[in-house]
Amino acid sequence: MNSRTIPLIAFILLVILLVVGLGISDRKTLIPSPLIDKPAPAFSLPVLGSPGRTMSKESLLGQPYLVNFWASWCVSCRVEHPALTELAKRNLLTIIGLNFRDETTDAINWLTQFGDPYDVNLSDLDGRVSIDFGVYAAPETFLVDPAGTIVYKYIGPLTMEIIEADILPLVAAMGTASR
Amino acid sequence: MKMYSLLTGLLLFSAIVFAQEPLVFENQQQQDRFDRLTQELRCLVCQNQNLADSDAPLAHDLRREVHKMLQSGQSNEQIKQFLVDRYGDFVLYRPPLQKNTYLLWLAPLILFLGGALVVGSSIKKRSALLDADQHSQKRD
Repeated sequence: MNSRTIPLIAFILLVILLVVGLGISDRKTLIPSPLIDKPAPAFSLPVLGSPGRTMSKESLLGQPYLVNFWASWCVSCRVEHPALTELAKRNLLTIIGLNFRDETTDAINWLTQFGDPYDVNLSDLDGRVSIDFGVYAAPETFLVDPAGTIVYKYIGPLTMEIIEADILPLVAAMGTASR
Repeated sequence: MKMYSLLTGLLLFSAIVFAQEPLVFENQQQQDRFDRLTQELRCLVCQNQNLADSDAPLAHDLRREVHKMLQSGQSNEQIKQFLVDRYGDFVLYRPPLQKNTYLLWLAPLILFLGGALVVGSSIKKRSALLDADQHSQKRD
């Protein structure tokens, strides 16, 4: 190794660093959740649009379900809406909508306007439950197994590709495990 | 007309700003603790800002949570752990020393030692060259 090859090697290393950096730049702001493989946070929330009714984590035990954090102010939630609608049509698992930091009337209007893919919608108006789930963006989606453990989280708008590649295989695995 | 709508907009905006209740502290000491804590915690929405500076709704809510925990007498460690449990170590501006951060913490030392090695060897080489040079000059 002479004095000419050292700068060349340094340059090549820098180029590799640049390429790797550019490759991950769009996923870099995503924070891995410490909640994966942990029990889903306990919650007991009013059902959106039916005052007096509440739903808790306990009542959902025994089945896999998606928890989708959304809000009427969230533009990306409209982007993922068709994918959720498609998933709902296939009737493979329960989809819980968690409407957070929103106004009840805005949320109901949003569902009437775009359609309601959710089995149940819960309203977390002050966002306290979203803090327990470590939600920092919208939409965010969690997959919870029948034992109430979070097995998967996706940050950003869901697409049918992601649902088919990541979520459905996990749900299928739960079905065979419980049988 | 444009001016009028601008003014209306500003007025509406100021209403939103004033709608957020200011946090009340029991004493100066508690406020100092709050200030120090929120400066060390990262806002998850605008990730290059801390909780103290950020104006994101989440930062506002998390400041309120931190305030509530301070009021209920929790320690700084408990408050940080509350946030780490939900958002991960990323929320801390001062990452803890652990397996996946050894490289982060030790990199400056490694770079320093590597630099020292390079400088040391090149000084040695040069002084050897200089010595050889002087010898050959003497011989001439």
